[in-house]
Amino acid sequence: MYPAQFDYRRAGSVDEALGLLQEHEDAKLMAGGHSLIPMMKLRLAQPPVVIDIGRLDELKGIAEAGGSVRVGSLTTHADIAASDVLAAHCPVLAEAAGHIGDAQVRNRGTIGGNIAHADPGSDIPPVLVLLGASVHLQSPSGTRSVAAGDFFQDLLMTDVGEDEILTHVDVPALGAGTGSAYLKFEHPASGYAVVGAAASVTVQNGRCTAAGLVVGGVGAVPTAVDVSSLVGTDLSDDAIAAAASGLDAEDPIGDIFASGDYRVHVGKVYGKRALAAARDRA
Amino acid sequence: MTVSIQLEVNGKPVQATVEPRRLLVHFLREDLGLTGANIGCETSLCGACTVLVDGDAVKSCTMLAAQADGASVTTIEGLARNGDLHPLQEGFWEKHGLQCGYCTPGMILSANYLLAQNPSPSDEEIREGLKGNICRCTGYHNIVEAVKYAAERMS
Repeated sequence: MYPAQFDYRRAGSVDEALGLLQEHEDAKLMAGGHSLIPMMKLRLAQPPVVIDIGRLDELKGIAEAGGSVRVGSLTTHADIAASDVLAAHCPVLAEAAGHIGDAQVRNRGTIGGNIAHADPGSDIPPVLVLLGASVHLQSPSGTRSVAAGDFFQDLLMTDVGEDEILTHVDVPALGAGTGSAYLKFEHPASGYAVVGAAASVTVQNGRCTAAGLVVGGVGAVPTAVDVSSLVGTDLSDDAIAAAASGLDAEDPIGDIFASGDYRVHVGKVYGKRALAAARDRA
Repeated sequence: MTVSIQLEVNGKPVQATVEPRRLLVHFLREDLGLTGANIGCETSLCGACTVLVDGDAVKSCTMLAAQADGASVTTIEGLARNGDLHPLQEGFWEKHGLQCGYCTPGMILSANYLLAQNPSPSDEEIREGLKGNICRCTGYHNIVEAVKYAAERMS
């Protein structure tokens, strides 16, 4: 299964890639190619020019500084899943990356390509929204950052402009007493999440002081659940179940495998389980 | 447009000119005659096309040949040494780890990658490591046995 014909350009630097984007209308950036190549083979995408940014080492790597972890956009899921830095500071991101596809997919797929593609069944977006990560973009006119919660705009639509490259994400480190978890109800054939729930809770002296829950796969973009009712409680199973049942999606997505109503139901169940797992790790 | 690429395949240098849309699996099979990497689902799900690129297991149906420029690629044809089967090949033979054999090259290269990361995996770790490779003949029990056989001989 061949993609339609296209011209191939390989960028040697971010600046060169930005120049190529300016030069070629409707060009697409390719990192690992694990979202774009399948789309091109199915002719859902037919870019006239592909700009290969896969060799830009400046966009690779994971480093902690000043209370947050910077993850370069070309960092593979395999490297994120195996990262000691993330295991120490943002374990839920490493956990979610380890759930993506399979070993081969994780070896090529990158976090930047993943979130720029913005598939609603992707594992990373709900985690970034949960953690309050910021997504950093560069264009010829400069750089800017956008909160993960604003980055995902609709099904396969993000805030990345036509002249921009996603350079990295900054993920705030989780503090002491905070547990987090990502639980996934996986489509058995595709490996995508039918529903994925990312949760975190902070516990001090046996009481919850902060809690968060974001569910992917239910809406076109990650769905944040208001679980503030947990603050002040001892995080009993009943309190967690009540909080997770607040999941509400105005217009849930549905397909032949899982209807919208079913996704909302599974989202509540997995949300509850993710919150309980986060509590047990706090 | 065409792209000039230079890479190493099973230890031998290769130079070629390819269309940008040429997938690595087609390049290996049709241009180099290395038909061990099979084409199954073509949607990066089945793993029959798995090869090693710079030591990492990847699905060669979801990689452009142009992306492999400068890389070192290993296919099933590159595993035996001087006519001696690789321990994984031997394991699949000894433990009846295949029936039709279509998935086997991909299985063996994924298992090879797994054992490079984790030389003595548990049954569960083997199954997780081979999650991206699908067998439609008979199941995975003997495949797990074959990988364990190889792990013992390679340690």
